[in-house]
Amino acid sequence: MTGILSLITYAPLLGVAAILALRLIAPAGSARSAELAKWVALVTTLVTLALSLVMLGQFDRTTADFQFVEDFAWFGGLHYRMGVDGISVLFVVLTAFLMPLCIAASWRSIEHRIEEYLIAFLALETLVIGVFCAMDLILFYLFFEFGLAPMFLIIGVWGGKNRVYAAFKFFLYTLLGSVLMLAAVLGMIGITGTSSIPELMTYDFGQEIQIWLWLAFFASFAVKMPMWPVHTWLPDAHVEAPTAGSVILAGVLLKMGGYGFMRFSLPMFPDASAYFTPLVFAMSVIAIVYTSLVAFRQTDIKKLIAYSSVAHMGFVTLGIFSGNAQGEQGAIFQMVSHGLISGALFLCVGVVYDRMHTREIAFYGGLVNRMPWYAAIFLLFTMGNVGLPGTSGFVGEILTMAGAYEASTWAAIVAATGVILSAVYALSLYRRVVFGEITNPALAEIKDLNWREVAIFAPLIIGTLYLGIYPAAVFDITQASVDNLVAVYRAATGG
Amino acid sequence: MTPQSLAIILVFAPLLGALIAGLFGRRIGNFASQAVTTGLLLLACVLSWTLFIQWTWGGLEAFTLTLLPFINVGDFQSAWSIRIDGLSAVMLIVVTSVSALVHVYSWGYMAEDDSRPRFFAYLSLFTFAMLALVTAADFMQLFFGWEGVGLASYLLIGFWFKKPTANAASIKAFVVNRVGDFGFALGIITVFWMFGTIEFAEIFPRVQEFAAVGWSFAGQTWHAVDLACALLFVGAMGKSAQFFLHTWLPDAMEGPTPVSALIHAATMVTAGVYMVCLLSPMFEYAPVTKQIVTLVGAVTALFAATVGLAQNDIKRVIAYSTCSQLGYMFFAAGVGAYQAAMFHLFTHAFFKALLFLGAGSVIHGMHHEQDMRKMGALWKLLPVTYAVMVIGTLAITGFGIPDLHLGFAGFYSKDTIIEAAYAAGEENGIAYFAFVIGILAAGLTAYYSWRLAFMTFHGHAKWGHEPHDDHAHAPAQHETHDEPLPDAHDHGHHHAHTPHESPLVMVVPLLLLAVGAVAAGFVFVEHFVGDHQAEFWRGAIFTAPTNHVLEHAHHVPHWVLYAPLVASMLGLAVAFYIYVLREGLGARMAAKEGPVWSFLYNKWFFDELYNATFVRAARGLGDLFWKVGDQKIIDGLGPNGVAAVSAAIGRRTGKLQTGFVYHYAFVMLLGVAGLLTFALFFWQA
Repeated sequence: MTGILSLITYAPLLGVAAILALRLIAPAGSARSAELAKWVALVTTLVTLALSLVMLGQFDRTTADFQFVEDFAWFGGLHYRMGVDGISVLFVVLTAFLMPLCIAASWRSIEHRIEEYLIAFLALETLVIGVFCAMDLILFYLFFEFGLAPMFLIIGVWGGKNRVYAAFKFFLYTLLGSVLMLAAVLGMIGITGTSSIPELMTYDFGQEIQIWLWLAFFASFAVKMPMWPVHTWLPDAHVEAPTAGSVILAGVLLKMGGYGFMRFSLPMFPDASAYFTPLVFAMSVIAIVYTSLVAFRQTDIKKLIAYSSVAHMGFVTLGIFSGNAQGEQGAIFQMVSHGLISGALFLCVGVVYDRMHTREIAFYGGLVNRMPWYAAIFLLFTMGNVGLPGTSGFVGEILTMAGAYEASTWAAIVAATGVILSAVYALSLYRRVVFGEITNPALAEIKDLNWREVAIFAPLIIGTLYLGIYPAAVFDITQASVDNLVAVYRAATGG
Repeated sequence: MTPQSLAIILVFAPLLGALIAGLFGRRIGNFASQAVTTGLLLLACVLSWTLFIQWTWGGLEAFTLTLLPFINVGDFQSAWSIRIDGLSAVMLIVVTSVSALVHVYSWGYMAEDDSRPRFFAYLSLFTFAMLALVTAADFMQLFFGWEGVGLASYLLIGFWFKKPTANAASIKAFVVNRVGDFGFALGIITVFWMFGTIEFAEIFPRVQEFAAVGWSFAGQTWHAVDLACALLFVGAMGKSAQFFLHTWLPDAMEGPTPVSALIHAATMVTAGVYMVCLLSPMFEYAPVTKQIVTLVGAVTALFAATVGLAQNDIKRVIAYSTCSQLGYMFFAAGVGAYQAAMFHLFTHAFFKALLFLGAGSVIHGMHHEQDMRKMGALWKLLPVTYAVMVIGTLAITGFGIPDLHLGFAGFYSKDTIIEAAYAAGEENGIAYFAFVIGILAAGLTAYYSWRLAFMTFHGHAKWGHEPHDDHAHAPAQHETHDEPLPDAHDHGHHHAHTPHESPLVMVVPLLLLAVGAVAAGFVFVEHFVGDHQAEFWRGAIFTAPTNHVLEHAHHVPHWVLYAPLVASMLGLAVAFYIYVLREGLGARMAAKEGPVWSFLYNKWFFDELYNATFVRAARGLGDLFWKVGDQKIIDGLGPNGVAAVSAAIGRRTGKLQTGFVYHYAFVMLLGVAGLLTFALFFWQA
């Protein structure tokens, strides 16, 4: 199966080429070209998904080693190294899973420059999957940084009224982090003479240098997560991004931060990770309480969900820096689950936004009277967001709290208040949007979900419930790698 | 069929019904939805009784079926399973019997509602979650059921989603329960790190090891088992509406009355009691937490009874009564008489469901009137309802003759609790306090229960004087919390404006529950708390070798046996005097609005207190963090300068925004490329 990772990674670029080639048969920007481009993009992403599922099927769950490894000399002494282990493989599948939904969700809601829009998405898919497959530091950095560009364009070109401000803020924060990371990347290569991630994972950095490298990576990953207090770019980015942009931003891009912590910070700088754990815990639990309360007061549906994302990512960082199996597994699970649930919630916003072109909570109310299926689906994902057992949202929360408890009972206690607060903001949102009588005459004729929308939600519903009832499906895949990570980390920190 | 397959079918039958009615209800119609859910529930009920009978008389052995792994991370192992033992067998019949009867009853009660498939789907979903809860073999499935019933409760309280009060009540119920779950979740995690497992069967034999061990939590060292149990008990307080976390239960009466009977009286709210009894192997080694449980239970029993004295809404009276009776169950468990707690849970399920469904029958007959001040003299018009309500009242007031060992269901269970508290109270001040409160609350219970019966069925008819109009209930009229709540919404059809008896489909469940309210006590007293209790429970309830409360409870002085009877007779006499002999006295007393009356009528001002503190704090902090924290401080200090500049540029470039974005993208790519070039050179150097 060697080569399948590159195939998955670059398959979307074939779609890009095909869309560009459409100009030969239809004028760019014409309705026909747009229609064809959509089908090309959809088929491309579906093929990528199929390939990723084939890869998952072949994935050996019994080993913590990197699999499907590709390694050959590139130019200038660099190596092209790809590979996945139990920690990264699910993110590849998650990305490939969300992309067709994003394309489908944009089917009617994007009205200008559709070909470019689709190209941006396909390029984004390549870059994001590349991040999770890269086994070489330089390659990782390339994917990681170039991934910014398409997202930046998606917000900046196809976004809402304040898109320039939002895109700028997004850009500013993330670039700031990546400059520091680049310095660290260069430093690591300078010290070790290798850019191979597996080799770096076994390299023993001195404690002093670990602190600096850890901080540099932390700057980048903390912004990506995002962690409090560098989270304020996220609500703005979400509010301005088109629906599919939000789905992919919340669903996958945020996970690059959490993945980074697990791939780099913990195994490569274990002493520094242990040293900074109190800081990370503090930032995580503040994020949970603080952003939950802020979410409660929002008047824009998307902003509310964006803030709740920050709170949920707080559980992820809490779990990662617990340094035990429950914490790590919980963090991975929480990231996957959040990819499904927050993606679905942003799609829920998109459904009403497409119809009414506003995201003001006060505009809505009583939707259940006209949209019973929408109400039912929105309820399911609201409950997922609240962490109701039976949905995937619960599993990650309880495990990360359990993980954190071992390291700090205080952290677990404060995090557990998130259980209360998430119910407060999520249910009050649901009530204000869905329940009650329809009082706004504009809503009198609003239509329930159409078949395209149901088809988009269906995989997310199945995923949320399946993982909620049978989370073992995920743990079986991640276990070997996580156990290895925990063992390495504990051995290094004497825990 | 093997007991194992019976168990599987009975647990999943309600889920199947819920899925069919919920997903296809509109397609298959009202009748089919009702028939499927009710039929499957009746099946589950029959199977539950089969298992229970096999357990009680057939020598069935406890077993646990493992169906599928749930969460399996390191030592954190849980599985979807079905645990059948004495405790779960009792809960199975309670849950499925009341649920089946409520399903049947709802054919009549909800006959005019447009959303019947949804209603029946929710009822069945609730039942499934409750069955998952009572058959759990580890803490994760317990928590799943726990939250699942919470979801169903949320959906059913807010069933009439057009009513703002119903929506508010449903959120309140969910959030207050989540406060309990906050403790519950931390308790589960504490148990996990303490025992290295969350499976009951592995925890229970090892509790003693931790009986004298310290445990570090929140910067303090605690007695390990006490800490774990105390945290878990917070969850029980939420679910079972105990003092401080009780505020959601009265508001939950916004839901349709069959829901109140099933969820907010007979089953879900007793989950906390069930959990404490299930975890008796842990609580027996948690002496301090047991005292806390006793105290909280006793205070709730008294508090809720006092509030019940002054309410005018027929459902709210019964809701506070439920709260109070749950208090009894908790202090029974707290003093170590878990068997008595379970027995009262069992009998209470029958007579409280009876009282609620009876109240529903009154409300139905009165065309959705719930204010008892507008009732009266209904006994002739609703004779069956009247008869069963009297039976229910006799049962809840624990009427019976101690020397004959003969009485209604509540007599056996409540008196056992009071006797157990007395027996424990000989060495334990808090238990004695609970005993005193038990007697006092028995008197208050009799007063408010008979007050309800007299105001509703006796005296002058208050409904004949003014023309009654179904449609006169403007929602605004009922929005204040202390006004009666209109149950059910307009149904656009006009009865003759005379109260009427309910249809057969509602009356039959009432009669069956009445049989339970009469017989559940004397048939099962020997099994639950009497000489055969050890054989009946067969290890499902653990009592420490030093715990002899139940034996001592059978040998208390004579006056202790008669004290509750005397108290309840006094309560009856006072109620009879105020509401029958001197009819109108009660209304005149209330009209004075004296301080005591106001304090009780306003439920000790808990809602006001919580609104002024927690609700305001959450809003204030949310605004503060958002507008000052995020906008002023973080954005102000962080990207402030740059953002200001960008805003300025944004204004100036105005129409060139798209170009501006591309420009930035280009700069960014150039930057990355430049850095990369640098990196490559560095690498080669």
